[in-house]
Amino acid sequence: MKPAAFSYHRAGSVDEAVALLAELGDEAKLIAGGQSLVAMMNFRLARPAALVDISRLTELRYVRADNGGVRIGALALHRDLERLADSSVLTGFEVLPRAARYIGHYAIRAAGTFGGSIAHADPAAEWCMAALLFDGEVVARSLRGERVIPVHDFFTGFLETSLDPDEVIIEVRLPVRRTGAAVKEFARRHGDFALVAAMAAVEMQEGRCVDARLVFGGVAATIVRAGPAEAILIGSDLGPDVIAQAADASAQAADPPADIHASSEYRRHLMRVLAARALEEAISGA
Amino acid sequence: MARVAETSAQDEGGNPVDIHEIRLTVNGTKHEIAVESRRTLADVLRHDLRYTGTHLGCEHGICGACTVLVDGMPARACLMFGVQADGRSVETVEGLGTPEALNPLQRAFTEHHGLQCGFCTPGFLMLVTAFLRENPSPSDEEIREVISSNLCRCTGYQGILKAVRAAADSGATD
Repeated sequence: MKPAAFSYHRAGSVDEAVALLAELGDEAKLIAGGQSLVAMMNFRLARPAALVDISRLTELRYVRADNGGVRIGALALHRDLERLADSSVLTGFEVLPRAARYIGHYAIRAAGTFGGSIAHADPAAEWCMAALLFDGEVVARSLRGERVIPVHDFFTGFLETSLDPDEVIIEVRLPVRRTGAAVKEFARRHGDFALVAAMAAVEMQEGRCVDARLVFGGVAATIVRAGPAEAILIGSDLGPDVIAQAADASAQAADPPADIHASSEYRRHLMRVLAARALEEAISGA
Repeated sequence: MARVAETSAQDEGGNPVDIHEIRLTVNGTKHEIAVESRRTLADVLRHDLRYTGTHLGCEHGICGACTVLVDGMPARACLMFGVQADGRSVETVEGLGTPEALNPLQRAFTEHHGLQCGFCTPGFLMLVTAFLRENPSPSDEEIREVISSNLCRCTGYQGILKAVRAAADSGATD
């Protein structure tokens, strides 16, 4: 189909973008890579009255090391993360290029942006999962100023976030390294949204697990963190029995939806299997 | 980019129409046109500029039939508005060979049964053109990964894989 009419405004700077959003009001939307938004507009699932185009704000296209963490500019492309080769940035974030390869296809990854994915808040999106796995923070700006939103407060529902309508995401900060973090997904076809996706990371000290993260995509209205499963892992030796026990517990972290692609039971089965695989890989890399 | 006729242009229902004057280059030819903001790049190419080699399949970014190159990178032309291509350089299938003189990639597609009905072919050709410029000696695995971007319902992909393999092996990256 063809999209409904809207007025188009191209921002030449971040200041201009926030001013335009303030002026145009709640019915305006930002467009960056457009890989989700334009598809929704073509279906008329989205009918914004105005679009503010920020795709040319190249000053927001970066991936930088920052004090042991990493700062990802809102307009960093999926492809920029897929092709990340700078070891000073990559150390502790090696899972990012691996996760990027699950996102759509070549042409999609050459257009879609990290910030756009976070703002879109699809519950199966790799970047939303990574943002939670790394205890990320979203930096948002409006005419009222800048604020930092912890990712665990950011995703509020299906395609819903705590961003205000006049706010622009500037960058996402991932402050904690997670060496060996692993991503495992199952999709019917390569490049499709995962039926279930799992990301896991563990930290070992003297043969004991001192920190663990396990997050799922595709199993609820938002990204889900499997807290009880993490609790089983922390303090343990991460042996095969513990992994099996944590994987079982992780399958209770959500009540996954049923649709034409998979039943709820099957998604729960995938949660268990993918959690175990992600944990095994994370443990071997930690 | 200039907004024109902001107050005067109206549709049949009397609603204002958002029209912008843009400049873009298609296959080396410069164009200056006025486009409505909601017109996708695919429709601007096909309807306004008559580059009808760019085909539209699904119009929501799944099938890849409308793939063109924008500033050298592959793009789904249905997921970009024409007004966003202002100042950009676009390449379409018309910029490859001609019917009389196919380019090496197009020749490889004909020789290796890389197409049957041909509807998806322009999208595959543009996708692979970008890919081979970036990666002139890909592995079969890399070719498979890239051509999974686009849908083809005739060939079963084996012919396309062979064609891309042959084009890469002959050193034809363009």
